[in-house]
Amino acid sequence: MEIFSYLINNPERVLSLTIEHLRLTGIAVSLAIVIGVPIGILITRYKKLATPMLALASIVQTIPSLALFGILIPFLGIGAKPAIVVLFLYALLPIIKNTYTGIVGVSPATIDAGRGMGMTDLQILRMVELPLALSVIMAGVRVSAVINIGVTTIAAYIGAGGLGQLIFTGIQLHRNQMIVAGAVPAALLALLVDFLLGRIELWLTPKGLRK
Amino acid sequence: MIRFENVTKKYGDFVAVDNLNLEIKEGEIVVLIGPSGCGKTTTLRMINRLIEHTEGTIYIKGRDITTVNPVELRRSIGYVIQQVGLFPHMSIAQNIGLVPYLKGWPEEKRKQRVEELLELVGMPPAEFYHRYPHELSGGQQQRIGVARALAADPEIILMDEPFGALDPITREVLQDELIKLQDEVKKTIVFVTHDMDEALKLADKIAIMKDGRVLQYDSPEELIRNPAHGFVEEFIGRERLLQRPELIRAGDIMIKDPVTIAPERRALQALERMRTQKVDSLLVVDKDHKLIGLVTINYLHQHLGEGERVADLMLANPTSITPDTDMSTVLAIMAREQVGYLPVVDGDNHLLGLITRASLVNVLGARY
Repeated sequence: MEIFSYLINNPERVLSLTIEHLRLTGIAVSLAIVIGVPIGILITRYKKLATPMLALASIVQTIPSLALFGILIPFLGIGAKPAIVVLFLYALLPIIKNTYTGIVGVSPATIDAGRGMGMTDLQILRMVELPLALSVIMAGVRVSAVINIGVTTIAAYIGAGGLGQLIFTGIQLHRNQMIVAGAVPAALLALLVDFLLGRIELWLTPKGLRK
Repeated sequence: MIRFENVTKKYGDFVAVDNLNLEIKEGEIVVLIGPSGCGKTTTLRMINRLIEHTEGTIYIKGRDITTVNPVELRRSIGYVIQQVGLFPHMSIAQNIGLVPYLKGWPEEKRKQRVEELLELVGMPPAEFYHRYPHELSGGQQQRIGVARALAADPEIILMDEPFGALDPITREVLQDELIKLQDEVKKTIVFVTHDMDEALKLADKIAIMKDGRVLQYDSPEELIRNPAHGFVEEFIGRERLLQRPELIRAGDIMIKDPVTIAPERRALQALERMRTQKVDSLLVVDKDHKLIGLVTINYLHQHLGEGERVADLMLANPTSITPDTDMSTVLAIMAREQVGYLPVVDGDNHLLGLITRASLVNVLGARY
């Protein structure tokens, strides 16, 4: 149990770092939902925009996180703010992509029926497309959140805080107990968030679509 | 109820519907039929402005539809499509009640209407009200599709190959149900199909379309009897004519130019004529080709001694029919009169042709 001694002796510090970690991820993913879902919807309406938009988002996704942090430091400095920007950019692609895929995947016949019955464009979006795409969109949110918890760990390197701080400090001080006190909660956090969002996804899935 | 006036739909240079003129009367089922790409679905979808026509005017109850808000227009017209298009995330009740919901009906009235419609399409509300589309068979789903189109009691219903995706047995059942339903609700129905049997079964009027034009617009009976166009005849299929004896007219199947003889000829000459023409009866006509009698080989043999001339030996004023007599009547007359021959004459008794048992067997034999 020696390896867990830091965790056991400093529960408050670990807890506050966990909360900080969640806060960074939460802000970034929430922003990504608020911005990403409308972008995803927009590119289903203007299909010409879809390819360049998805390509752009996937380029951002391809840049190594540490490199992206590095690129932004000259402009935004260090700390939580640039970290959230990077986390937000990372969260964006799965959400845009899944919103797009989910809506495009709604059967054209269903939409035709809706339009033929006299639904307005907004009603088709709100009453047909979004409910039917919801589980796919939520899957994107889930992927975003899990990736984000990982990247947030690295964000500690530019002074954003969170559980990564324990890991990096532990590495510098050669204190394995400290590394473990950051790494284990970070790993559990990812699993927990994935599980919870999975439940929410199921809960949001309309009854008629549940298998 | 619906009137197309010189309506054209172009996609760039491609003309999907070409100067269409069509009048659809209230309470009729009008079937638009033709090969794929003939413009039938485009025509249908122009009625509720899912497709906007490029030229001409479409009137519904005398009102140019371009002056009506398309959303309002669609809410006032029922719409059923082949893929059914039920909303999988909504319950059966929500699906049926959708247009009433969009129109802002109060909940109690919606519920009542949904139950009424479920009854109408033969699906007990107690069992189906809260179910979801994926729990239903294809046939049941399309019943809901039809109920949904009726929900806000529209005067017009558009149906785009509604039974096309169903198996043949279910399709027949739903067609029968639609006919029964129509007797109750009396809607103006515009129905697109590529299935001629379906069209003949359902339609009050059929518009046969090809290359964006209507080739013929008539009742099923008239289409079969008088196809106005080589393509129409080919499209209907000659054999369909034979499947409906009540639609076959004596004129369609009579032997034209039957063997005749003048009344002043001798009996032996009549026998000789039968031998060379390989027939066992002759129609006796005067100089104006008016029918005056009939001689058969048996009759001649039996009565040979009673006279010299055909006029003396013939069966005068035989039962005759006109060319528009249908086959069921022909069969009934033959049975009643105990005859195997029925001459076909026009109103002035001019001989036009002959129906024999043999020619009937040929025609009716093709059916069985």
